[in-house]
Amino acid sequence: MPSLDRRAFFKTASAASAIAVVTVASAPRVLAQATTQAPEGPFKLAPLPYTPAALEPHIDAMTMEIHHGKHHVAYVNNLNNALKDYAELAKLPLEDILAKIAEVPEAVRTALRNNGGGHANHTMFWSIMGPAGGPGPDGELKAAIDRDFGGIDKLQETFNTAGTKVFGSGWVFVTVDKAGKLALATKPNQDTPLMEGARVLIGNDVWEHAYYLKYQNKRADYLKAWWNVVDWKAVSGRYAAAKAGTLKI
Amino acid sequence: MTFKLPDLPYAYGALQPYMSAETLQFHHDKHHQAYVDNGNKLIVGSGLEGKSIEDICKAAFAGKNAGLVNNIGQHYNHIHFWRWMKSGGGGNKLPGTLQKLVDDIGGFDKVRADFINAGVTQFGSGWCWLALRDGKLEVMKTPNGENPLMHGAKPILGCDVWEHSYYIDYRNARPKYLEAWFDNLVNWEYVEEMMG
Ligand SMILES: [Fe+2]
Ligand SMILES: [Fe+2]
Repeated sequence: MPSLDRRAFFKTASAASAIAVVTVASAPRVLAQATTQAPEGPFKLAPLPYTPAALEPHIDAMTMEIHHGKHHVAYVNNLNNALKDYAELAKLPLEDILAKIAEVPEAVRTALRNNGGGHANHTMFWSIMGPAGGPGPDGELKAAIDRDFGGIDKLQETFNTAGTKVFGSGWVFVTVDKAGKLALATKPNQDTPLMEGARVLIGNDVWEHAYYLKYQNKRADYLKAWWNVVDWKAVSGRYAAAKAGTLKI
Repeated sequence: MTFKLPDLPYAYGALQPYMSAETLQFHHDKHHQAYVDNGNKLIVGSGLEGKSIEDICKAAFAGKNAGLVNNIGQHYNHIHFWRWMKSGGGGNKLPGTLQKLVDDIGGFDKVRADFINAGVTQFGSGWCWLALRDGKLEVMKTPNGENPLMHGAKPILGCDVWEHSYYIDYRNARPKYLEAWFDNLVNWEYVEEMMG
């Protein structure tokens, strides 16, 4: 981003946050609920692969910190907790647990569905984003997008429309099969195509926590801005892995 | 008949410090307005025009009309949500008729704990409720735009646990929001009115 824009943005951003502080000065603004990684269990929260501010101005640093450090870590902890008394299940890779979600013991099925899904979805999510300004899709991936969606513009339009139509919490995805064929999917809450044994190429989180601090009710604006921080090199890597049969979550 | 966004029954800042003016501005002016607008579009040609909002909620759910369940459901839920809150609300002094129903299912502290727990454990977007079924009080939770009417009960108190209801003020701390809401904002007189 040109330096002039960047300065203008920071000026606007600090003015906006000053207003916000005045408006709710007396609110008991609770600092995000204390959550730290539980020491026990097979699953771990990996650090963000970039600084929380790296996706500014499209996704703000505070949202990234809370999203990763409070929401995602809670999914990991709850997932580990759910597996505490199920040693055999706990040995399985996450994608296998999710593919068998209909067969896991009923006592932990909902917990594994919500929190296992939440862990898989967010792990994928952080890995396909990066600072704005990187190159767009190319090579085989670009050819697949052209073939299956009619081009990158059409993909974005279809994906964004689907994302605005998810009522309540959920995700919008592009899935990829072993032949490299791409398809659009939406899921409620923390469900994922992994629960049908499919593989995810990309996905965007449309829970309000993913965008509320910056975009409030304007989910469509968030969906549009999000494409600026998609790391297409990482996505190409996932595409190649899917075709090689090595893509996990 | 066209549905209309009702005015808030108090000023935007009236529920501070437990719910900020900023939250109420977005929640009432943007979110609730969008449910009204979408509901008005979706009702056309549904065969439910002119019916009461309660009947539309029930019929839309029975007929699996997701668009109406979501948008008319949310219109109904929010109409009452604004009135289930007031400045200086909360407390454990309940109207007599309600007190008896609460005692029948374990007393105030248990009902408070069950209500908050229902809100905390409603995964994703939704609501937690006190509802009447066959004359008895029941704690319920429902996803997205659903409400107890759609599940054979009559809501008398509901709390919105969509993240838009608390994210500006409480971030991810949904339990803190529910505790503050129940202890400081609930308008028990309006709960009694809903029992009527
Ligand atoms: Fe999320
Ligand atoms: Fe709401």
